[in-house]
Amino acid sequence: MQKLLTPLYLAQMEVLRNKVRFFLISLLIALITLLVLFIAALAEGLGGGNREYISKLDADLLVYKADSDLLIAASRLPRSVMNQVRRVPGVRAVGPIAVSNAAIDTPLETPDADPLRVALLGVEAGLPGAPPIISGSPFSTNRAPEAVVERRVIQRLGIKVGDRISIRTDQGSGDETFEVLVVGLSDGQQYGLAPVVFLPLLTWDRVRSKTGPNSPLNLNLIAVQLEDPNDLAAMKALIPAQVKDVEMAGIREAYEALPGYKEQQSTLDTQRFFTLIIGVLVIGGFFQIQALQKVPQVGMLKAIGAANWMVAVAAIAQIILVTVIGVLLGGAATLLLASTLPPGIPIVFTGQAAVAAIVSLLFIGPIGGAISIRYAARIEPLKALGMSS
Amino acid sequence: MNEGFALSTESLVKSYELDGQKFNAVNSISLAVTAGEFVGLVGPSGSGKTTLLAMLSALLTPTTGKVIIDGTNLSDMSDKQRVEFRRKRVGFTFQANNLIPYLTALENVELMLRLNGELTAAVRTRSRDLLARLGLAARLHNLPSQMSGGQQQRVAIARALIHNPAVVLADEPTASLDTERAHQVVETFAQLIHEHKRAGVIVTHDLRMITYTDRVIQMRDGDVARIYTSRAEIRELAASGPG
Repeated sequence: MQKLLTPLYLAQMEVLRNKVRFFLISLLIALITLLVLFIAALAEGLGGGNREYISKLDADLLVYKADSDLLIAASRLPRSVMNQVRRVPGVRAVGPIAVSNAAIDTPLETPDADPLRVALLGVEAGLPGAPPIISGSPFSTNRAPEAVVERRVIQRLGIKVGDRISIRTDQGSGDETFEVLVVGLSDGQQYGLAPVVFLPLLTWDRVRSKTGPNSPLNLNLIAVQLEDPNDLAAMKALIPAQVKDVEMAGIREAYEALPGYKEQQSTLDTQRFFTLIIGVLVIGGFFQIQALQKVPQVGMLKAIGAANWMVAVAAIAQIILVTVIGVLLGGAATLLLASTLPPGIPIVFTGQAAVAAIVSLLFIGPIGGAISIRYAARIEPLKALGMSS
Repeated sequence: MNEGFALSTESLVKSYELDGQKFNAVNSISLAVTAGEFVGLVGPSGSGKTTLLAMLSALLTPTTGKVIIDGTNLSDMSDKQRVEFRRKRVGFTFQANNLIPYLTALENVELMLRLNGELTAAVRTRSRDLLARLGLAARLHNLPSQMSGGQQQRVAIARALIHNPAVVLADEPTASLDTERAHQVVETFAQLIHEHKRAGVIVTHDLRMITYTDRVIQMRDGDVARIYTSRAEIRELAASGPG
């Protein structure tokens, strides 16, 4: 047992007696960790900000206008389509979703602040598409001057349920302001990276931006709940067969089709990948320099009877120790830094993304150090000690 | 030839090829060292003494011939067995880079016991005693960088002896020391070889150091040129200068 622990003893003693050197290597790993975790959080924040409302929808399928290429802004559906979809066998419930943009005037206490740009979504209370209410109540009627807002609106405006907000939109002839009562609060429901204000569908139709006075009410999407969610593929084919001029998408398909979503995620994934590669090369370089400096020492160890596996295990243990310390330092620094960022910055740490980033980071040390471990294991004691002929 | 000897060789040859020509760095050397005997290996550069020492320590495989330590023929061993044999039965000091720089004097000595899985409270005391015997009682917890070259060599000697090896080999242990320290180191080495009844072999350029040996093998061009056995002969050779 003692023989097995000897490499770990050597690794630990070298780190303890050269704290500054190994702390600097750990610091480097910590900086890489910070960068990777921030890119992961940014990817999650930006991706989440784009897809949050769609991904949380209490629906199985979304109905678009045919040939809209799953672009929500390009999809215009008359309200009558909702009834047609509802009548298709296997459909349990349908709900309208209408999308627009607006600005909310900031409270009088902060007159110099810019108005808050929001996504204005028209939905019907109790139907698919309406957000879950975590405090307050849903709309009283479909044309009430009421709003349900998501938590970011509350944070950014400093308002509460029961307050009134002023929504400003372009009505063709100029901006108009509509005052609505905040009756409910929903959880995070961003859409297109903007905080969301939900209005009853007919109120939404009155408030939304218009190009002229005779702009008919069209829905952008119809959210569909199925009797049996396992019938997704069959229903996706059945609804367009029975309802003219529509196309269908599942929830994931819908948010992946959001403009720029895939490109944004692949850009951030590429950044993360290259940060990890750079990390592997930098850490590898550090450990290789260290291995070169230790050639006579390793040669002596082998000459007095240390087996190759002992040398390799000592090197691996040291790399793992330094990497773990670096990742922990980097993780702590990330948490500290993230807590100081203003709420508007789209940085979101989710357990899954953070764990994936940390696991990949824990591999950069051993991968980067693999060449130096192999190098150390192959050191020839006679040459290292200058005894070769 | 090998019976009763701690270390012996039989017709030991190490050949190399240089520019397509074969030459023998060590040419059919047979020698024997008894337990408690301290042998000096001298000769000019390229005479084959370091190559011979490398074969005696199981670091280099002979082209032909045998190395027998404590009755075990090293030629019959695999690489793995040779590593284990070196760890258990051979003690070694080198010209430089003898010690692990991040371990104290005591930890460096104990490392040999750790490698063999033999570090117990009793042998820990033995390590301290041995270092004290070498005049390092006040340096037990010093790192190599906090010790002089002579003190470092003495720690290496303690490490070479602590695990009770059959043979103790030293490759130019005084090369980086001043004359006074060199004498101290080799004298102590010789005393311990005699006290602990180990077979000791020292390779040195400095002929003054052979004063402390029991027998001197002089090498030239891979062969044994002459063997000095009497005190008078050894003293005369030692007086001939630093080498």
